[in-house]
Amino acid sequence: MSRDKAMTAAEVVGRLRTGMTLGIGGWGSRRKPMALVRALLRSDVTDLTVVSYGGPDVGLLAAAGRIRTLVAPFATLDSIALEPHFTAARQRAAFELVELDEAMFMWGLTAAAQRLPFLPVRAGLGSDVPRVNPRLRTVTSPYEDGEELVAVPALRLDAAFVHLNRADLHGNAQYLGPDPYFDDLFCQAADTAYVSCERIVDTADLLKAAGPQTLLVKRAFVTGVVQSPNGAHFTSCVPDHDRDEEFQRAYARAARDPEAWRAFTERFLSGDEEAYQAAVTAFHEERQR
Amino acid sequence: MSGGTATTGVTRAEYCVVACAEAWRHAGEVLASPMGIVPTIGARLARLTFAPDLLLTDGEALLIGDVPAVGERADVVEGWLPYRQHLALVATGRRHVMMGAAQIDRHGNQNISCVGDWSRPTRQLLGVRGAPVNTLNNPTSYWVPRHSRRVFVERVDMVCGAGFDRAAEAGPSATRFHDVREVISDLGVFDFATPDRTMRLRALHPGVTAEQVAQATSFALTVPDEVPRTREPTAAELRLIREVIDPKGARDREVPA
Repeated sequence: MSRDKAMTAAEVVGRLRTGMTLGIGGWGSRRKPMALVRALLRSDVTDLTVVSYGGPDVGLLAAAGRIRTLVAPFATLDSIALEPHFTAARQRAAFELVELDEAMFMWGLTAAAQRLPFLPVRAGLGSDVPRVNPRLRTVTSPYEDGEELVAVPALRLDAAFVHLNRADLHGNAQYLGPDPYFDDLFCQAADTAYVSCERIVDTADLLKAAGPQTLLVKRAFVTGVVQSPNGAHFTSCVPDHDRDEEFQRAYARAARDPEAWRAFTERFLSGDEEAYQAAVTAFHEERQR
Repeated sequence: MSGGTATTGVTRAEYCVVACAEAWRHAGEVLASPMGIVPTIGARLARLTFAPDLLLTDGEALLIGDVPAVGERADVVEGWLPYRQHLALVATGRRHVMMGAAQIDRHGNQNISCVGDWSRPTRQLLGVRGAPVNTLNNPTSYWVPRHSRRVFVERVDMVCGAGFDRAAEAGPSATRFHDVREVISDLGVFDFATPDRTMRLRALHPGVTAEQVAQATSFALTVPDEVPRTREPTAAELRLIREVIDPKGARDREVPA
């Protein structure tokens, strides 16, 4: 069949431009499109506005100085509460932060997907979110209640990266874990969306693993599909793999010390994805000895 | 003191569990969202005893139908609550969350985002997370495992969860569903049942004095003439905590004896 959207991670990154707004799916240290992020690190693309329920995607991009503006309600490694590169970058004011509440973020993405300029939410009133986001506006209900609510602006994206369990060549993508996160919204809110997946399968085989409600992302919203086994590593991608807690601990340790981080980068992030996965395998073999 | 209690050897952590559980006593058929180990044990204790209608999650996307020990998998799943539904559920109000606080002030303003000047913090923490949406939409309580002047501050550096003064300033849309209930620490239980809705000492855990609390708090608390003690756990509750919900003693790591 035509409509073959298969591409490599390098081809995906080749379509990005410096200064773009990039949405990254997943949540914290869960089902992050890490192989695509690693490919981005190998390119010259920089000065990005990154929109993310942040995890090590934000950490790696911040450590490499690729973020001009971060739009996020948090950055965390989940089992390790604080993302060390994110905290360090904030403490040296390395990028501009648009700090939004988790629900504001969701409705901002929804507004973008629905081609609305904003959506009204109660969240944010009374907090310092409006203080640190002076461009945020309120909107008054036109009905009898006259309520004044926060108008969360649409978080429209130039490009989105998401990682799912399965996809076909056309961009129909399936999650097999318990939580879809917001990956369909990221794709709908973006002008171009790139799906990496554990395995590309025939369309006819998609429903062999699970029911139709697991078909989260529709091909009409997808520009490119990348087969990238273990492509969410070291974040979780259940049921294909859990979070690699041992590796995440090593990442977090290294991130807290510039010298250790240089060594970590040299060992794991200086080659291509195949070299990365080989280095991870070697890391675990070494530990078992 | 209620009858049938076995009060010998009750640890501070166990009093904290009971105090947390009490926060959900009259919650009804809503989601209990505990953050932290002691609140998690407390919510499960409430569900197993006096608040059987509570909904609980596995900490991820599932509503659990049974009550496993902390860290163990549930055998029964009764519902699905992925993050997108969880965030939407908050706005329905059918939830009582117990969040942590890096800083909290006398008005109940809470900070988990960063310490210092927001534009270049001295210590970046989690970010605002869901604190703004939580405090404006559903009942909210707080859990502080180590009561100190660094946490109970005169002014928080970044208002994440809105307190009473800030909600009032923001107007009727902010106060409409604003409902900050309690603060529970390793020293006692606090609420905002004062004319100006500032923090009041409501109960002391056994072994703690009001002076101790005052010394560990940066602002002046309202202290009634008679401050009750956190109630004793019943023998049945102690057994549930020790044998069913937390047999490995995770509570002692959060609140050391």
